[in-house]
Amino acid sequence: MYRDNARIKSFGRRTALIAGGQLLLFGVLGARLYQLQVLESSRYKLLADENRIHLRLLPPPRGRILDRNGEMLAVNRDNFRLLLVPEEARDVEGILDALSHYVELPEPQRRRVLREVRRNRAFVPITLRENLSWEEVARVEVNAPDLPGVSIDVGQTREYPEGGTAGHLLGYVAAVSESDQDDEDPLLALPGFRIGKSGVEKIQDLAMRGKAGNSQLEVNAVGRVMRELARQEGVPGQDVALTLDLPLQRLAMKKLAEKESAAAVIMDVRSGDVLVMASSPAYDPNAFARGLTSDEWGSLSTDEKTPLINKAIAGVYAPGSTFKLAVAIAAIEAGIEPDHRVSCHGWTDLGNARFHCWQKRGHGSLDMVGGIENSCDVYFYDLARRIGVDKIAEAANKLGLGKRVGLEVPGEKPGLMPTRAWKRATLGQPWTPGENLVAGIGQGYVLTTPLQLAVMTARVANGAKAVTPRLFRDMLRGDASAPKPAIEFPDLDISPKALEVVQKGMWAVSNSPRGTARSSRIAKQPFEMAGKTGTSQVRRITKYERETRVRKNEELPWKERDNALFVGYVPAKQPRYAISVVVEHGGGGAAVAGPIARDLLLETMLRDPSGRDRGPTVASTDGPLPTKAKDGDGGPT
Amino acid sequence: MRLSTADPTLSFAQKLRQINWSFVLVVCLVACVGLAMLYSAGNGHVNPWASRQAMRFGAALALMICVALVDIRIWLRYAYWFYFIALGLVAAVDVIGVVGMGAQRWLHLGFFQIQPSEVMKVSLILALARYFHGAMLEDVARPSYLVVPVLMVLLPVALVLKQPDLGTAMMLSLMAAAMFFLAGVRLWMFGVVLVVAAGALPIAWKFLKGYQRNRIFTFLDPESDPLGAGYHILQSKIALGSGGLFGKGFLLGTQSHLNFLPEKQTDFIFTMLAEELGIVGGLGLIALYGILVALGFALSLRVRNQFGRLIGMGVTTTFFLYVFINIAMVMGLIPVVGVPLPLISYGGTALITIMAGFGLLLSASIHRNVRIGRYGHSDDI
Repeated sequence: MYRDNARIKSFGRRTALIAGGQLLLFGVLGARLYQLQVLESSRYKLLADENRIHLRLLPPPRGRILDRNGEMLAVNRDNFRLLLVPEEARDVEGILDALSHYVELPEPQRRRVLREVRRNRAFVPITLRENLSWEEVARVEVNAPDLPGVSIDVGQTREYPEGGTAGHLLGYVAAVSESDQDDEDPLLALPGFRIGKSGVEKIQDLAMRGKAGNSQLEVNAVGRVMRELARQEGVPGQDVALTLDLPLQRLAMKKLAEKESAAAVIMDVRSGDVLVMASSPAYDPNAFARGLTSDEWGSLSTDEKTPLINKAIAGVYAPGSTFKLAVAIAAIEAGIEPDHRVSCHGWTDLGNARFHCWQKRGHGSLDMVGGIENSCDVYFYDLARRIGVDKIAEAANKLGLGKRVGLEVPGEKPGLMPTRAWKRATLGQPWTPGENLVAGIGQGYVLTTPLQLAVMTARVANGAKAVTPRLFRDMLRGDASAPKPAIEFPDLDISPKALEVVQKGMWAVSNSPRGTARSSRIAKQPFEMAGKTGTSQVRRITKYERETRVRKNEELPWKERDNALFVGYVPAKQPRYAISVVVEHGGGGAAVAGPIARDLLLETMLRDPSGRDRGPTVASTDGPLPTKAKDGDGGPT
Repeated sequence: MRLSTADPTLSFAQKLRQINWSFVLVVCLVACVGLAMLYSAGNGHVNPWASRQAMRFGAALALMICVALVDIRIWLRYAYWFYFIALGLVAAVDVIGVVGMGAQRWLHLGFFQIQPSEVMKVSLILALARYFHGAMLEDVARPSYLVVPVLMVLLPVALVLKQPDLGTAMMLSLMAAAMFFLAGVRLWMFGVVLVVAAGALPIAWKFLKGYQRNRIFTFLDPESDPLGAGYHILQSKIALGSGGLFGKGFLLGTQSHLNFLPEKQTDFIFTMLAEELGIVGGLGLIALYGILVALGFALSLRVRNQFGRLIGMGVTTTFFLYVFINIAMVMGLIPVVGVPLPLISYGGTALITIMAGFGLLLSASIHRNVRIGRYGHSDDI
């Protein structure tokens, strides 16, 4: 019994030890629980939320682009995208094979997808195709059980309902590229997000983009969305209203499309509103938004008619005789009287060189208005010789030539207005007297864009106010017709006398019996047009050719033909709209550019809200045009 | 076997009354907590887990009562038989066992499958209690006397390790150590065993499977591999930590219901409970377990025969080991070893082991006044 008692005592002691040990271990469990659930709780709560909550960005609808009357130039359209999650698909090649029964998947596309599958993590969805048709969507949805990992997602794509009509101006949107990465908007990281790459789309990108919303999604361990916890709607992009007049722009594009390559600008001479900015041939911005194939890109970028360039602002041309407006103003400002007379017998000599008038027979004795009316080269050789190039440049600069006029979209070219100092600085040679003469008829170094010519014309027409072109009517939502407040433009400090002479001359060009553009006159009284033709030479006429026979434009290769130009405004009495038209290698300004300008300005007047109450909207011109112009401006040697 | 004259055989009704019903009540309470958690794990449905587990618990409860009512001397007499049968089953697993969960553990016996390592837990308690029943303090002081019981432990531990089932091997060893300790084995002997074990560690390391080594690696730094091996434990800690003081609410645990938490209905059910009910729920459950363990100790100490005392303490300690290993594991205190939370986790085998063990404990308690001779005879003292 003693031994058993000793054993029982030992058992009791050791049981107490074990019990104590177990109590201690329970204490350890409790302490650990306290550490995790109380001391470090906030950290783990955060981790738990990170686990289960995924933030998904909601791209806001991009602002639309409207014309001045609220017609749509750029809109958003539903885009059905075919997505593939490689993780869920497992056998990506097999799925692609199966898919090819239902939707078209060209080989390059397929290679791109396989490349992306290798590059991305397996749960990142990869876009297989965009812009699925309804039939394709239906076929994929019906066969969804056989296509694990394949899903269809609705996004929005940019669509330009007018195609290339205002394509150059609108620009286009395209995928975000490396160079856009300094923009820290999280939207840019969204797959398939498009941003403005040129034109209005680029310059107003931030306003039209809007602010991203987000959706808090609860996901489970494998990433499946269980429910939406919260949703914050983004701010839709702002609509942008242009000053463009869509029907007018359409008409301009139609007229220009009849030529090989041309540009035209119509401006409100008081407000600077750009009603038309057309450049032909154009490209379809939809193709860019969709993504160009390399073939399409190749044919666009190598076309000698430069469809990718907005020639209205980036095409530079010798202004030819349209420049005589600036020369005439410069002459009067330099003190030459309007009744200064020059006798033209077809040429003038300076030293050994002979400078020809386009009219071989000569014009006889002319005053300044007559010089403009007849576009007499000899008359302007005389003015230029008297005042020199620097005075001409001064007046031309005032009228907006020789520097960028400050349009809101990028890509504008400055052109060139030469001076003595400029030639010394850039070519290291002194200015020669003969170059004064060449500059006096808008040839030689002088280069202008169609937009600059329109600005020049508008400034002549509005009484020498420093009007600048503007493209944006207003940022707006809903109300397309709310105009910007009128802007007072400063005076250009050009004497009324000079303006009167030039305006008279321009009226005569279009309306007097001897005017170079009488064939394109608008006979209807309140809409009477004032204009100036121009034909600029792009090749040198050799002495031999001049002595034998100057080849006609039709005999030359397209690239060597003259550029046809026309500037003008309506109505001649109370000017409202100014136009410039340039037809590349089109031939004579009067015969080729003039009729386009006439048709567009007449339509502009008919569409002008203030013009509607002036009478019937019957367009009338002075009968059928002569099939061949009698008077193309010849160039000097 | 002759019965002691001092302890007349108890009638059936007397035995029933002698059952410690407060112990049974706490067992049922813990089981109800478990069923509630399985209901939550099923996203608020009794299927697929809660209803089946309720039926299993009912059966296990009946088994416990039956085991409790059997005379303690019967268990004494057949103790070695059970041990050898269990050892044979464990060995059989190596031969005909099926591979499941990356380890051979299950034995298909025609219509049902058993996990012999679980059977071994109870059988080893019985066998060791039987062996040490007659051992006086002088006996256990002799190392030669301990050769047999050490072999009794090492054989099944070696077989289980080979399966490999690290968790069960650990439990068998610790449980046996507790029984050796209670039987009066001298402390210096434990010291020797510890030193030898430490020396054998590098050798054992070589026998560990890759996934077991990884478990130890990720145990040391679970956050180093959050998508791979450390995922389980990290997600478990996130779930626990995010539960906070009062939890996210019953049925509202995000980690568990969104499946970030692995095996939420089995090994990681404590995590789910603490996520949904907070530290209040977690400590509450630990307290319930503490009450059960304390009751087990109290009942064991009142038993007046060494066999019953050892049985009671062995069962209670085994139960404690289940609880501690599981909870410490889900909290990242020890490596993931795949030990269920007793009475709570979904699954039948561990439940039956625990309930059969509790039956033995209750049987010892009912027959606490039975005096058993040193060699199994009541009159041979």
